[in-house]
Amino acid sequence: MEVNEQIAIDHGLKSDEFKKICQLLKRTPNITELGIFSAMWNEHCSYKSSRLHLKKLPTKGKKVIQGPGENAGVIDIEDGDAIVFKIESHNHPSFIEPYQGAATGVGGIMRDVFTMGARPIANLNSIHFGSPQHKKTKNLLRGVVHGIGGYGNCMGVPTIAGQTSFDSSYNGNILVNAMTLGLVKKNKIFYSKAAGLNKPVIYVGSKTGRDGIHGASMASASFDEKIEEKKPTVQVGDPFTEKLLLEACLELMAGDSIIAIQDMGAAGLTSSSIEMASKGNLGIEIDLSKVPCRETKMTPYEIMLSESQERMLIVLENGKEEIAKKIFDKWNLDFAVIGKTTNSKSIELIFNQEQVAKIPVNILVENSPMYDRKWKKSKLPKKNKFKNEVLNKLKIKDVLKKILSNQNICSKEWIWQQYDHTVMGDTIQKPGGDSGVVRVHGTNKAVAASVDSSAVYCWAHPLTGGKQIVAESWRNLISVGATPIAITNCLNFGSPEKEDNMGEFVECVQGIGEASKYLNFPVVSGNVSFYNQTKDVGIKPTPSIGGVGLIKNYKKMISMDLKELDNLVLVIGKTEGHIDQSLFARTILDEKNGPPPEVNLFNEKNNGESILNLIDKGYVRSAHDISLGGLLVAISKMCIKGNKGIKINKSKNLVNEIEYFFAEDQGRYLIEVNKKDLKEVTKILNKNSVHHEELGIITQNDMIINEKTKVTIDELKSYYTNWLSKYMS
Amino acid sequence: MKSSVITFPGSNCDRDMDVALKKFGFHNKMVWHDENELPKSDLVVLPGGFSYGDYLRCGSMASKSRIMQSVINFAKSGGLVMGICNGFQILVETGLVPGVLLRNKYLEFICKNVFVKLDNKENAYFKNLNKDILEFHIAHNEGNYFCTKDQLKEIEDNNQIAIYYCNKEGKIEDQYNPNGSIKNIAGIFNKEKNVLGMMPHPERMIDQSLSGEDGSIFFKNLMNNIK
Repeated sequence: MEVNEQIAIDHGLKSDEFKKICQLLKRTPNITELGIFSAMWNEHCSYKSSRLHLKKLPTKGKKVIQGPGENAGVIDIEDGDAIVFKIESHNHPSFIEPYQGAATGVGGIMRDVFTMGARPIANLNSIHFGSPQHKKTKNLLRGVVHGIGGYGNCMGVPTIAGQTSFDSSYNGNILVNAMTLGLVKKNKIFYSKAAGLNKPVIYVGSKTGRDGIHGASMASASFDEKIEEKKPTVQVGDPFTEKLLLEACLELMAGDSIIAIQDMGAAGLTSSSIEMASKGNLGIEIDLSKVPCRETKMTPYEIMLSESQERMLIVLENGKEEIAKKIFDKWNLDFAVIGKTTNSKSIELIFNQEQVAKIPVNILVENSPMYDRKWKKSKLPKKNKFKNEVLNKLKIKDVLKKILSNQNICSKEWIWQQYDHTVMGDTIQKPGGDSGVVRVHGTNKAVAASVDSSAVYCWAHPLTGGKQIVAESWRNLISVGATPIAITNCLNFGSPEKEDNMGEFVECVQGIGEASKYLNFPVVSGNVSFYNQTKDVGIKPTPSIGGVGLIKNYKKMISMDLKELDNLVLVIGKTEGHIDQSLFARTILDEKNGPPPEVNLFNEKNNGESILNLIDKGYVRSAHDISLGGLLVAISKMCIKGNKGIKINKSKNLVNEIEYFFAEDQGRYLIEVNKKDLKEVTKILNKNSVHHEELGIITQNDMIINEKTKVTIDELKSYYTNWLSKYMS
Repeated sequence: MKSSVITFPGSNCDRDMDVALKKFGFHNKMVWHDENELPKSDLVVLPGGFSYGDYLRCGSMASKSRIMQSVINFAKSGGLVMGICNGFQILVETGLVPGVLLRNKYLEFICKNVFVKLDNKENAYFKNLNKDILEFHIAHNEGNYFCTKDQLKEIEDNNQIAIYYCNKEGKIEDQYNPNGSIKNIAGIFNKEKNVLGMMPHPERMIDQSLSGEDGSIFFKNLMNNIK
């Protein structure tokens, strides 16, 4: 087939990108080469619209062993141990085919982690669906949950935390972000940089089929009415093979055979081979006739672009082929020597003794397009004035009922009960808490992880929204007693070619950067997903932040359930009564405009560090951060989990009672302390100038909100627990 | 006391079981499915997981693994064989215990704590146990125990039901049945009571920081019974 501009455009390349290719190659590429360019230069693989802005994120820190640029980020958790982690999106495939889309998303992120030599020890996910009333939502939710469970459960990796939201902006484009943490010894981390000449290049894992061809290109385009036709671009997962691949790779990694290893994820053999060559400043020669294929008569084009799952590419030390083959034979996996490293600095493909492609690696990587897209700055919206007469008419109990049973607040147990969250025997905080926590096997340490996003805030004001998510992630880790270390981000946005969407991206990234820098909470890995839109309707900007922290002594872990009668609950951080963009404003007052709550990074840091100090001294019995829904929602959850009540004091705070209970001011926590410790706790908080007040005292059965309002724990439970299971039944 | 845990391709609770057995004093060995002979053992455990990816039918392919002939011989000679979750599924496929395990009634994977009531303490697993109700943990998609009427009669006549799903107080009712199992059955013995298959995972309940500690009670007692 003769390649021309139209064929290039059909491959998702722009006309000037095609011209650039011809210029760089000094000829017209053949069809295989064009396929390779289209895979490497699409948004998903090249980050062409985002690179310029991502560069500004803080990525370094004392605990950072590996920042962005590898398969995943790596952080130091002391004693020679390290945590490898990353979050990644699988939005487009999950909308087309929810089960397989979500499953392969989980499979892909686990592969990224064990490629680096780490055994996955925890999975998390952040999933976002359209309005519950939308006709597709129920099936998509069911399919995604089954897919995540189907893959993670089979792998034997616990799913320890997650986040689920519903918003009509996801009606035509759901989000599925999957995150994995792995544990590795610091001196046994594997990288993707090839080194040395004439080293054998090995293909292991599943056979290559025709599934997922152009998956990465599909993920770099918007949806239209023809999405059903894109089903064949969705990969099909086989968690059983991945489990074998995990065990086989870790067995091989225990020795010294591997020079470099890279999983075949997006753009399959193409991106894996090119990345290894590029990082090593080498060439790679591959004989495609040697690639194990599942189907007959596959062409070089198809082999290079297939996104069949559960495959790895390895550069071995010379003479180690037999050792490696024996291990993969034991695990019943394919093993083939398909090429070697060369000094040509090109990727050279051979098929049936003929050269079918030759492209200098630097053209594909360093010369890939980079765009400084136009973007629009967002203004901070004006504050709404909520009249006291309106607020005072509301009955607190009715409001609480509506908010606790709101789809974005209510218990997600229906979801996480379908995920194995206890396998591996180290899960010490299950889903439903502020963070999931797993012990570092055989030690006194534990690792906490949380995943967060606040699309509504980001939509209202991207800069503030970006900061807020990082701050919330930080609070969620602190609430379980973990010292926050680093984050990974999954940036889900609409089209970068639209100034509004690009502006949301740029300013969210700026916000994330500012907060992570201030909190010394660097970004070590991540992924960008653009074009989350159907036709012209884009999603609300939804960056997801996955945070990871360390608990040095797992016995000091904190949970949110109230522990003991007569203990006191303190509110840490000041309640200003910010109602705009709160769940209360949107669901009770039907007010969708206004600015999100301000994020004061000084207070975030000061409050958070003070709480960690109190936890370390043993004064904190339970803790929970105050976020979506506000103070009364936070204390309700603590009551429900602890099966205890609280008698709330009359607030000395000057704001309206409704505002006090439902405002979403940032930087706040609730902590439970014993009366005997109150003096010491107050002293420490005062010394650090941390705003605090007594919320109330823990009682047996009821939440007594004021003289007129009492809610029983059973009532709270029924508000909180029923919505999702009813919706899904 | 010596124990062996069999690892099949796709097993994923093999390490957890190894940790649990060692914690309570067993000298445990991991045995690869492709071996011919079991090492000398006082207890053999088929662990949970997704052997062979649950393809064909859960446990079906693993039941034909090379090592299984040796396990079957060991069981038939009176040796203690315990199958947990996928191990239970493998046991029913070998025919060592009667019945089958269907997909959960609500067609969903379930991971949560449950209570089980012991029905029969005249065996090496539960003898001398000072509790009748244990809090265990389940995590499965195919734990819906089923057998024919004749089989059920035989099982009941021979006191082969090991544990039932129940509530905290030991009430065995439909609402406490997580997966639709006939008669709330969570685990059964063979006729001789040396082979036990059960869906719950005691190995996930061996530490107060985990889901609970009733697994510790179970393993300690088992160790004492074998000693």
